[in-house]
Formats: sequence, structure tokens, C-alpha cells
Amino acid sequence: MGMTLTQKILARHARRKVVSPGELILAKVDLALGNDVTSPIAIQAFRSLGAAAVFDRERIALVPDHFAPNKDIKSAEQVKMMREFAKEFGIANYFEVGRMGIEHVLLPDEGLVVPGDLVIGADSHTCTYGALCAFSTGVGSTDLAAAMFSGEVWLKVPETLRIVLSGRPAKWVEGKDVILHIIGEIGVDGALYRAMEYAGDGIAHLSMAWRFTMANMAIEAGAKNGIFPFDAATKAYADGRAKRKYEVVTADPDARYADEISVDLSALEPVVAFPHLPENTRPLSRVGNVPIDQVVVGSCTNGRIEDLRSAAAVIRGRKVHDGVRMLIFPATQEIYLQAMREGLMEAFVTAGAAFSTPTCGPCLGGHMGVLAKGERAISTTNRNFVGRMGHPESEVYLSNPAVAAASAVLGRIGGPDEL
Amino acid sequence: MELSGKAWKYGDDVDTDVIIPARYLNTSDPAELARHCMEDIDASFASKVGTGDFIVAGKNFGCGSSREHAPIAIKASGASAVIARSFARIFYRNAFNMGLPIFEAPDAVDEIEAGDRLVVDMERGSLRNETKGKEYRFTPIPPFMRELVAAGGLLNYIAKRKKGA
Repeated sequence: MGMTLTQKILARHARRKVVSPGELILAKVDLALGNDVTSPIAIQAFRSLGAAAVFDRERIALVPDHFAPNKDIKSAEQVKMMREFAKEFGIANYFEVGRMGIEHVLLPDEGLVVPGDLVIGADSHTCTYGALCAFSTGVGSTDLAAAMFSGEVWLKVPETLRIVLSGRPAKWVEGKDVILHIIGEIGVDGALYRAMEYAGDGIAHLSMAWRFTMANMAIEAGAKNGIFPFDAATKAYADGRAKRKYEVVTADPDARYADEISVDLSALEPVVAFPHLPENTRPLSRVGNVPIDQVVVGSCTNGRIEDLRSAAAVIRGRKVHDGVRMLIFPATQEIYLQAMREGLMEAFVTAGAAFSTPTCGPCLGGHMGVLAKGERAISTTNRNFVGRMGHPESEVYLSNPAVAAASAVLGRIGGPDEL
Repeated sequence: MELSGKAWKYGDDVDTDVIIPARYLNTSDPAELARHCMEDIDASFASKVGTGDFIVAGKNFGCGSSREHAPIAIKASGASAVIARSFARIFYRNAFNMGLPIFEAPDAVDEIEAGDRLVVDMERGSLRNETKGKEYRFTPIPPFMRELVAAGGLLNYIAKRKKGA
């Protein structure tokens, strides 16, 4: 019996010829990562083992991105604990504020995650790297501590849901709309415990940035990972970046899939997810009149240069609506610089938007854009749970960057074609 | 081991942001996290939960973030276990890794009402609703998970394995 992309990568890392869904395996980890929320618990757990060294100081990444730059004294203490741990154990990939970025954009851009890898991270959006034809999944702090110690992780081999994409997306339809559409179809537990594997000729129309967005939100369907096949776009992205040699993995033609769904990309319009679950989706044309107080463009989901270009193309020469605060978060320092060079930053600032240093901040209601009671935001982030961006009685709507930017101008949720 | 207490009942897709809101993630102190446990879905949970009580919920409990603060907050609140129709996968992992018992028991969940007195026998794999006088079986915990629990959690398990290798 053939194997899916996920099985292939897991088998290789478990030093096995074949692995089957349901099996528990012990697998080698190529990279283990943590952030300023999850690392402190992992560091305390790691220290409790009394280990003299980490398994490999090159294969651990610690990124203070959630509440950094430090939002308060307690956050500062957490980052200090990370910084000191990184120094003591010689962790090669600790990223300080000013050189850092949002972990799931930073690590692949830096070439620290490469195709064929097995990556675990104490952050649920670690599944992002599936865009590179790598296996990556979110775990907890204790798993991170164990991996920092042993270089291994226990995993249950998942069944795979195959998603066949066809057609070319229409103007203003982006990767975000494709994944929101899929989550709307299958639900927030529609891929629970499963891998989501993309296939079909529609993939050729998806940029790497869009694939990262789609893999990123696999967790929002309950999936263990989301994974794309390796193609010319993957190669173009990885070559010149990859800090390690990489291996190209392909699914077997006779691989067994637990289920299959199809999406015709040409039939989609932009999608908006209503509060309080990412599955509460509506096509943009059926959103109705939803006034907004805040617009956020950024995050590990949509903070890449392509996302900023998309939002800037809509906002350029226009003004943010009087009643709206618009906040832009480039995901890394490199993207920040690139946005400066391309004049995107100027387009945002002259439109009346705030342009921030990289941080996860508002996405999880941490800082830099927390909502008050009764306020409503449209955001390019990944979750719209109760209280996600602030007060439990605030609301978050999810969209792509172009729709978010158009909404900033309109003062209500709407698309670029209405401008 | 037998667990007993009252049921606190919630719906489907209870996410980690309502179990422990991100505004409290600037600490990992269990006692402080416990004070805000379930705050955004049930503001008085922390003050009314009794030692040994159960959180009972629908499908996909613990969806969202990987924050281990969620099972830590529940454990430190005094609750003895979570019983749900199903669990999100990272929460499932985290709960076992840090020693919070969780059970998938769809039939029981459907019939349990808030305030019912429950007794769980972990060895027998049974759940008794004393208020309703009904008994249920829950989905057995996979053997590996039982090994984890027997070893005293993931870290002890890994440390022992490394020593033996």
C-alpha cells in the first residue's frame, strides 16, 4: 500500500520503510521551536530533567514574538527567561527584537525549515510549514521540552484528507479565501486528527505566500498538519534560502486517503468568517452591512510581503475611514524593510494607518490593538473566538488583506470593487 | 483511581482562548491561571468549581492554541477531569503530557446535566451518573497514553528511555 506525503515524511524520520495511520511512532525532529508564551513552561520542564545540554543547539528556535516587544513586566520576565536559556545552552536560533519576526514567517524565510523536514513547535500554527512540503505540527510546552532534550517526538500517524484544487482564482480571491472556504465546508473539526494534503492543477495558481496561509490555518479545521506537494514554486522559494540540504518527497500514486474533497478555485469569491468560529463563513457578496472599528493586516497567516502588497494596492491614494483604526504588522524585519523600499509603508501611513514593528500582538488580544467591549474588527489573522482580540463582548471577522484594506476605507466590511 | 464530583456543562468547540484568555498568558503560575479558568465563557467558574468536579463539554474541546496553560489552569482550578464528545488534538496531547485526565464519552455527555454528581473509575473505564442513576463506558485510553501516565508524564518517560538506550 502506498503512502501519502505525511506518511512518507513520518516514515523517513522514524527510520521506517512504511508507517500506517493509527500507528504511534518515535520520530526524529529537524527543528523544534517555541515562543515567549510557550517556551517558559518548556524551559522549566527541561531544567527539571537536569540535562547538561540540548540535543542540538542548531535545531532549536526560540522566537519572542507574542508579547514582544515586551508589553508589561511579566512578559519582560518571560522573554528574559528565554534569552538567558538561549545564552546558557548556546541556542543558535534565538531572535531578539529588532532582528525577529513572527515565528512562522521568519523560520522558513530564514531557510531554517526546508522541504521534507519534520518540525514541531509549541505553537498551534506550526503547521504553516506544510506549504514547503514539510511535516510540521503544533504541540505543547512539555512536548517541546522533551524534544529539546531528546531530539525526538512521539506522533500518531494521521489519516489523510485529500483536497483536490482545480481552476484559477478570480481577482481579489487569495489563499485566505480558499482555506476559509474549506473550513466553512468541513467545519472547525472537519479534519480532526487528520492531515490535509493538497493536490490538483489548481495549486499552480497559488503563490508560496498563499500556500503558507492555507497550511497555517489547517489547525482551524482541527488538522494535525496541512501539506502541499513540492513543485517549481517550492523549489524557487527553497533554493537560495535553505540552510540545510533538503529532500523532495512525493506521495505514492497508490497512497490511501481517508477522504477526498474538491474545490474549484474559479468559483470562489472572497470569503469572510463571522464571529465566533472560523467555520462561520459567508461569501463577501452576502456579508450585509457590518460597520467596523478596527482593521488588522498582519500575523503568521497574512503578514507576508505579498499580503502587504495586496492591502497597499487597495489603500494607495485613499484614506482610512474616520471611524476606523487600521493597523499594519509586517511579519518580519526583512518584510518591514521590503515594504519601505517598495513604498508600501508610505501608502499605508499617508492613508492614515499605523505601521508597527513585527509582533503577534493583536491577533490574540495581547497588545498593540486590543478591542474594547462592543467593538468590531476585521482582521487577516486566523481566529475569531470569543474574546480573541480583547473584550469577551468584542467581535472579530476574518478576511484576506485586500478585503481588510477595502473595509478600512469603507468603514464597514466590503470589497475592493466597491471603492 | 476513582474521581468524583459535580458536572459543569458547556457546549461544542470550547476553545483555549475561553479556557484561559491570552491576556493572562504573561505568567505560567498555576494558581494565577486557575483564577481565570473558563473566564470568558463562565466568569464565575473559578469561584464555584469544587475540588474533584468535572468539566463536561461537547465536541472539539480545547480547540485553538497550543497553550499548555489551558490544561494547567483546569487542573489547578480543582477540577479532576474533562469529559467531552471529542478533543482537539493539541489539547489532548497536552492534557496527558501534564497529567490532567480526559475522557471521550459521547453518550454520557449528551445525558449529563449541569450539577449532576459523577463518579469516574479510570481503571474500569466507567462513568456513573449518580444523579441520573446511569452508567457509561468511555473510549479506552490508548496503551501508549497509559504508559505515559504510568511513567509519571512525558518527561519522565523520555528520561527513562534515554537512560535505557
